[in-house]
Amino acid sequence: MTDDAIVVDDLRVVRGGREVIPGLSMTVPRGEIVGLLGPSGGGKSTLMRAVVGVQVVASGTVTVLGEAAGSPALRRRVGYLTQAPSVYADLTVRENVRYLARVVGADAAAAERAIAAVDLTDHADARAGALSGGQLSRAGLACTLVGDPDVLVLDEPTVGLDPVLRRDLWRIFRGLAADGRTLLVSSHVMDEAVRCDRLVLLRAGRVLSDSTLPGLLERTGTTDAESAFLALVDADDGRAVDPPPEGYRGRHAGEGS
Amino acid sequence: MNARITLATAARILRQLRGDHRTVALMLVVPCVLLGLLAWLYADSPVDVFDSVGPALLGVFPLVVMFIVTSIATLRERTSGTLERLLTTPLGKGDLMLGYALAFGVMALVQAVVASAFAVWVCGLGVAGPLWLLVVIAVVDAVLGTALGLLASGFARTEFQAVQFMPAFVLPQFLLCGLIVPRDRMPGVLEAVSDVLPLSYAVDAMKDVATRTDPLGDVLPSLGVMLVWIVVALVLGSLTLRRRTP
Repeated sequence: MTDDAIVVDDLRVVRGGREVIPGLSMTVPRGEIVGLLGPSGGGKSTLMRAVVGVQVVASGTVTVLGEAAGSPALRRRVGYLTQAPSVYADLTVRENVRYLARVVGADAAAAERAIAAVDLTDHADARAGALSGGQLSRAGLACTLVGDPDVLVLDEPTVGLDPVLRRDLWRIFRGLAADGRTLLVSSHVMDEAVRCDRLVLLRAGRVLSDSTLPGLLERTGTTDAESAFLALVDADDGRAVDPPPEGYRGRHAGEGS
Repeated sequence: MNARITLATAARILRQLRGDHRTVALMLVVPCVLLGLLAWLYADSPVDVFDSVGPALLGVFPLVVMFIVTSIATLRERTSGTLERLLTTPLGKGDLMLGYALAFGVMALVQAVVASAFAVWVCGLGVAGPLWLLVVIAVVDAVLGTALGLLASGFARTEFQAVQFMPAFVLPQFLLCGLIVPRDRMPGVLEAVSDVLPLSYAVDAMKDVATRTDPLGDVLPSLGVMLVWIVVALVLGSLTLRRRTP
């Protein structure tokens, strides 16, 4: 039995005729929080969709908890938060979470716990459509937490949240990991890197780096995730196969690439 | 598929509708207003035209209304991300399809009772057969509209397309259902097409109930054809619904 909850092997994804992920391999160890960082359009959401089994893949395999991604046995064990809040705007928070609870076979008490975990108990009877952006994304997260899944795939769960709420949510994530849950969390906020056990930097569908934050900082000789990422991007551009077109050399001019 | 998930889905859809008072009001009031308008239109005509057109319209409304509501509702599920999330859960595609069919079937029951009662007791529609059969046909008809709406929404990528599918899917059926030209007086090809389209059977069944005192023998085959269409549309609809999308 492997210790990796998620194994991605040579994954290739083509969307709209464009190769979004050209052959990506990575692993997510069990019981860890792995942060998926990188610019938007870098393939984070596509990779996450492949992990939960809703993405058509051109080739390669994604294995979750020893099963092929998206197989029926996994649907109770993998929780997915899409980038859109994906709640029913015309239902209350409680109705939303209770519906998802019934779908995954959890009870009403689990729904209340999930609502409390995202600090929405005071708004449980508010229509989701009347919530603020941050409350809405927390309502979506409660729907993901309610089934108590073993693997959580969270696409930008903290986007648009204030620092206090972000800290609280990361405490929840840390508690889940401590209980042996595995989390794959995407973000384009680099300062969230410090909260992850491992960081995977994704750019143009390729893994630029896969290491711990200290390892990343040491390798790049930088002091924070953002500069480390920029250093990696510059190094990546330096060895780019296709040179920039003539007349568009910009900052590459004189680099001898 | 799983009964708990199917019922939870139907209940969730009904809760969504319950929160939208205006839509519920429109679903119940619009058929009555149109029936009333029609009765009024024919009020001074020598022959009682309303008695022949009224039942046919009772067959048209549920299908049209449920088709539109369903195709928009499911398109919203697709675009809001809720469908993508649901497809990563134990929810089966059949659970979603039947959940919608059940929920809108319940709405159709209410709509059919209100519209039939209004047609008979307010507009004075003459119905020879039993009234309950009128309601049964209306419910089957509405579930048919839901099933066709689910199928159509699989081909719609935007709200504009979903709305345009109504004239594309429903208006040809309306033209060929025998309301404008009796089906046996249509050109051969059109009559053959009309013999396949499900709305023709809904309208036929409604007319049978209105004109015959013991219509069950004529109505049951029509209901059978409508049920076959429901099953075919739901099966095709769940085939177009893919867990994995590009």
